[in-house]
Amino acid sequence: MDLAPVLDGFGVVFQPTNLLYCLIGVVVGMLIGVLPGLGPAATIAILLPVTFGIEPVTAIIMLAGIFYGAQYGGTITSVLLRLPGEASSVVTVFDGHALARQGKAGTALGVAAIGSFVGGTVSIIALSLVAPLVASFALDFGPPEYTALALLGILLVSTVSSGHRLKAIIAACVGLLLATVGRDGFTSVERFTFDNLSLADGIDFVPIAMGLFGLGEILYNLEERHRALQAPATVANVWPSTQDLRKSSGAIGRGSVLGFVLGILPGGGATLSSLVAYAVEKRRAKDPSRFGRGAIEGVAAPETANNAAATSSFIPLLTLGIPANATMAVIFGALLIQGVSPGPQLVSEEPELFWGVVNSMYLGNILLLIMSIPLVGLFVRILRVRPTVLAPITVLITLVGVYTVNNDVFDIVLVIVFGALGYLMKKLGFDPGPLVLAFVLGSLLEESLRRSLLIFDGDATGFLTRPISGTLLVAFVVVALLPGVRALLRRRDKEKEPV
Amino acid sequence: MTVPNGTRGNGTDGQPADRHADGERETPAGEAAGRSADPESRAGDLPGEAQADATRPGAHGGLDLDEAVREVEALEHEYRPPAAGAPSNVLTAAVVVVLGVAALVGASSLGSGSARQPGPGMWPMAISVALVVLGIVLLLGARRSSDAEKFSGASLLVLAGLATMVVFVAVIEVVGFELPAGLLCFVWLRFLGREGWRMSIVTSVGVVVGFYLVFVAALGVPIPHLF
Repeated sequence: MDLAPVLDGFGVVFQPTNLLYCLIGVVVGMLIGVLPGLGPAATIAILLPVTFGIEPVTAIIMLAGIFYGAQYGGTITSVLLRLPGEASSVVTVFDGHALARQGKAGTALGVAAIGSFVGGTVSIIALSLVAPLVASFALDFGPPEYTALALLGILLVSTVSSGHRLKAIIAACVGLLLATVGRDGFTSVERFTFDNLSLADGIDFVPIAMGLFGLGEILYNLEERHRALQAPATVANVWPSTQDLRKSSGAIGRGSVLGFVLGILPGGGATLSSLVAYAVEKRRAKDPSRFGRGAIEGVAAPETANNAAATSSFIPLLTLGIPANATMAVIFGALLIQGVSPGPQLVSEEPELFWGVVNSMYLGNILLLIMSIPLVGLFVRILRVRPTVLAPITVLITLVGVYTVNNDVFDIVLVIVFGALGYLMKKLGFDPGPLVLAFVLGSLLEESLRRSLLIFDGDATGFLTRPISGTLLVAFVVVALLPGVRALLRRRDKEKEPV
Repeated sequence: MTVPNGTRGNGTDGQPADRHADGERETPAGEAAGRSADPESRAGDLPGEAQADATRPGAHGGLDLDEAVREVEALEHEYRPPAAGAPSNVLTAAVVVVLGVAALVGASSLGSGSARQPGPGMWPMAISVALVVLGIVLLLGARRSSDAEKFSGASLLVLAGLATMVVFVAVIEVVGFELPAGLLCFVWLRFLGREGWRMSIVTSVGVVVGFYLVFVAALGVPIPHLF
């Protein structure tokens, strides 16, 4: 492995601007992690207009910092208030809050911070080794491989996402449909524009992401019944004892590996890996009944895994150009806006960007460890900021922010429309994540599909005779049919058993 | 490389027979988990190839994962309105079908071309067909579905919130952003957030001044403004 670009990457990180934006990113990430309500995908979407004025590498360093920073911050709210700040910290609530009630909030936060740091760092090192290999493997992917890969990626994200599988796939289809709006790249025919000039170039990614993730989430939260907020438990000593550390070291180790692996998979990512890590620890434990009553492993494992996964989910994005989850879809959009198309050539053609972003994560994790242990008191105080005050400010930032992209009032209209759609989708059980993901991959998918058909001279069996695209498509069919097969098997089992 | 090993060894359903033996011991608290334990563990043994294997942890985890997911969902729904009834689910599915049909009509007017020479309508047509089919499947299962929420009195708050945004965009080109932004902020604080009068007014004025200083004075964004 050639180390020169890796070291140059550190040079990129230590440029003052990049240091500053890395710090901004992790602080914002930590803040939105602590505050319940907005998740990282929403925050990154709302901040998209900010990234227009800065260098691509700087922008992505900041956005990445928000993503993994949120994994640290989410813990604090889960432990202190029994109110997950972040979807990926929900499972931490069980044991984290139990520990807090026993007066051991500090221990829980300390172990979680150390676990997050270890998980994140292990994952960055593994990413540095794995990503270039994946990229070089994918370098000679042609349009047929991309077609198959994008299809499989969208399907996996839809089927693995929480909630209704069928509805997630429907959302993805709507995303693909929205991506076709505008002038067709091959024939210049206008599609679904309804003679609206603003739609001729297609729908911008920014209002879609800001509306569905940002406004949609804020509107959805309006309906939440007001919870009686208890005063946060006091945090005394955040430094965990050697005994606690010894107890949780196994969980941290397993969480790191598990998080890294699950983060790479499309549809995996932070939330899923935190759940799986928790389940694994519970299953391994000699006395599983401790879980839910303040087992330190129940905090260490998910917090380690979610951070490791947050890091490794950059691999499919930066090496294949396939975002593995909703947040990555927004970062993908940010890169496209910057004129960078992520894919296998990124590592070799834009090494400063690739290694700059990857290496900035070492620094970001160190900053977050400092913020989570010595400075944790500061962030606990932020819990007193009322969400009712933040909501209108966020709405205004969204409305004004989307205007600044093109200085066009039509974009404000679009963001409101997608905000309403995002609210309705969440309300009716449709995850907006697959829609946004399918939207960003939509034009790539259609383009490679049509190019492939041209290559094959109209013979669609060509997809199956190429080894990689063939394998991917078989996997697509297996993933698509599996739930149905399982349901059938289960029904048959039920019929066999006498009631 | 420890990676593939990790999936299998630590995965929730990777460990077969010997793990199922202690199934009972592993399902404490949630009674629900006990019921589903059997079919779940059997599904975990379905033969699959490399790719399917990779999706296992999420697609069909073992009982512990299921239990964790259920607990998480219960926690997240603690403060949410109850599930919607069948009419609402049927309507949702119908909207999906109608959307698919409309897109299909629009796409077919674009011309699908042939496989050798794909036209601009081919791809949208394929998606529309998928939408119609998926919508019909959704419609068939609509009575049993429980993941949509009921529209309640609180939904009016959302409408009010949307209304403030519509007002904002409707008048911004006429009177600038300051007044509609202040109004939006005030309505959200006082009526949607139930803050006090004084607090709402002071904060709204402060927010508008802040936005003016940042976007107009400092960044020079050409957003329509009064002053």
